[in-house]
Amino acid sequence: MRLIEYRDAINEALAEEIERDENVFLLGEEVAQYNGAYKVTRGLWDRYGDKRVIDAPISEAGFIGMGIGASMLGLRPVMELMFWSFAYVAFDQMINNAACVRYMSGGLIHCPIVVRGPANGGTSVGATHSHTPENFVANVPGLKVVSPATAYDAKGLMKSAIRDNDPVYVMENTLLYGEKGEVPEEEYLVPIGSADIKREGSDISLIAHGRCVITCLKAAEILASEHGINAEVVDLRSIRPLDEETILSSVKKTNRAVLVDENKPFCGVSAQICTLIQEQAFDYLDAPILRVNTIDAPAIYSPPMEIEQLPTVKRIIEKVLAIA
Amino acid sequence: MASTIASTPSSSSEAEINRSLTADDKIKLFEQMTRIRRFEQASLKSYNSGKMGGFLHLYIGQESVAVGTISLMQENDHVITAYRDHGHALAVGMGMNECMAELYGKATGCSKGKGGSMHYFAPDKNYWGGHGIVAGQTPLGAGLAFALKYKGLKGCAMCYLGDGAVNQGAYHESLNLAALWSLPVIYVIENNGYSMGTSQKRSSAYQTCLAQRAESYDMEWDLVNGEDMYEVRAKTHIAMERARNECRPAILEIQTYRYQGHSVADANHKKYRSPEEIERYKKHHDPISLWQQCLFDEGVLTEERAKEIDKSAKDEAAAAVKFAEESPFPTVEDITKDVYWEVDNDTERGRTGRHFFN
Repeated sequence: MRLIEYRDAINEALAEEIERDENVFLLGEEVAQYNGAYKVTRGLWDRYGDKRVIDAPISEAGFIGMGIGASMLGLRPVMELMFWSFAYVAFDQMINNAACVRYMSGGLIHCPIVVRGPANGGTSVGATHSHTPENFVANVPGLKVVSPATAYDAKGLMKSAIRDNDPVYVMENTLLYGEKGEVPEEEYLVPIGSADIKREGSDISLIAHGRCVITCLKAAEILASEHGINAEVVDLRSIRPLDEETILSSVKKTNRAVLVDENKPFCGVSAQICTLIQEQAFDYLDAPILRVNTIDAPAIYSPPMEIEQLPTVKRIIEKVLAIA
Repeated sequence: MASTIASTPSSSSEAEINRSLTADDKIKLFEQMTRIRRFEQASLKSYNSGKMGGFLHLYIGQESVAVGTISLMQENDHVITAYRDHGHALAVGMGMNECMAELYGKATGCSKGKGGSMHYFAPDKNYWGGHGIVAGQTPLGAGLAFALKYKGLKGCAMCYLGDGAVNQGAYHESLNLAALWSLPVIYVIENNGYSMGTSQKRSSAYQTCLAQRAESYDMEWDLVNGEDMYEVRAKTHIAMERARNECRPAILEIQTYRYQGHSVADANHKKYRSPEEIERYKKHHDPISLWQQCLFDEGVLTEERAKEIDKSAKDEAAAAVKFAEESPFPTVEDITKDVYWEVDNDTERGRTGRHFFN
């Protein structure tokens, strides 16, 4: 199968959905004439023009709120945040309006909007540009949040997100944009709310999302070759809705779990997964559930220290060896 | 502030949009304002007897704004406002029953008891709320206009806000986008003089008026005497036609006054302004009394007919109270409905993965 970059997989998803549905349009800072700050939208303005691919001023509260309003009237905006960290200036729109308007109207209104962009640390851009708000967003009923780790999932989830009739917030990763992965030529969708076993194993479940899935896969190889431990890697792909069955069946098989995510530990996604496992698979556990998170402080700038602050292969292996 | 406005009828009565009004149309405007006032008075009474929760932001005194502007709506025109939303709801044609039941938190409410006073919606009547966060609706208003333009529909979005909302960033971002992208949106500032308990002079920096800030966005603006129904209609009509035909936004500042506090919970509303000021408005600047007098003078309305209309509005509000009181509350099962479209519609997407974590 052909190998394409994660960014190009998203680009294909956007192009296919623009062609499929006349109500789909892209809007964000530098998405059109500049070809995208991370080249995710490269070439789309040339192909689809001013109506479908629109450069926005630096005005997130304004243009994301505008997209939400347009979605109430039936358009399907795909809004790019140059960084998910910038969502914080638009949170009133994204939480109070997009997430709550359906509920407050007693189900009369819905917002088929997608907000996408990178949400990750590891690029030495300091605390203001390194947030991973998937846990904040997943805390809000009415919203859906997905975080693809591979090019295949990035494309399939993006197409599903655009077709979804509820707001879907897609958290990508600047460190993954250049990673190549297998993506078929023919059309496919990856359903939202469905996890994926990225590596089958029998001794322990490593449960992760986003780039941490890749880190877990590296750790799993070392665990197998150096420690004789056969780890299973579960990729959540979707945070909310959450595929509980895949998580639970993996833990019931391996009887051990290390949860890995780039959120800070306090009320991060892994805290929710931990609750799920202890509530529904307690009797299957042979050891406490352990977690590997970003070290609990604002993102440090210093490049070598930032690598240590984020979940590392080394820390994952240490936690696994502590219980396996 | 509205106190500087004279209450003499303007030449706006000669505007084409007003000359085309029939006697029945004029009476209808009176009737709608009267219905809003009676609805609000009835809801205040119920609120004070402990029948409702939360806030109640009453529209009493401002009725000519919603009724006058909304009377100009055409098929592809849309309305969105903030939390003082009952007047607009009734003006677009929502029923008193569903509106009153919503205040009571009943399942028969317009939002099934899930939104409350600040969150009325009727998309079938092009009414998009009802929004609780000050100025939070202003980007949405731009979005409605954006969608109209995108779809090639000839219409406009009227986005209402209070004078207290004009200093929020989201509003200024919306103005920039509206002007930058030539969106057919009209921002209607309902200037009642007070941003909760803080007067306009103590909250906003401006030259002659708040709408004038439009100039910095190269946008049209106008100042409107809200107690003059003819002027409200004439000036709003100009802005709406410009938006519909030329896709150009505008700011209208309509000067008005609220008799009640910011909300019913505003205990200080007779402290930050004098009782004399409130009385002066009620006596000399009341939009319903002025319109009634105007229709008397024109020979369009008789005192007897006016009394009938008022009684009928009062009866309708009383019936709405009865309806609300007799309606059931939503159930515990209802709490998790109307959260996700895909779940409510039992689609495959709605059945994939766990959506609720109870």
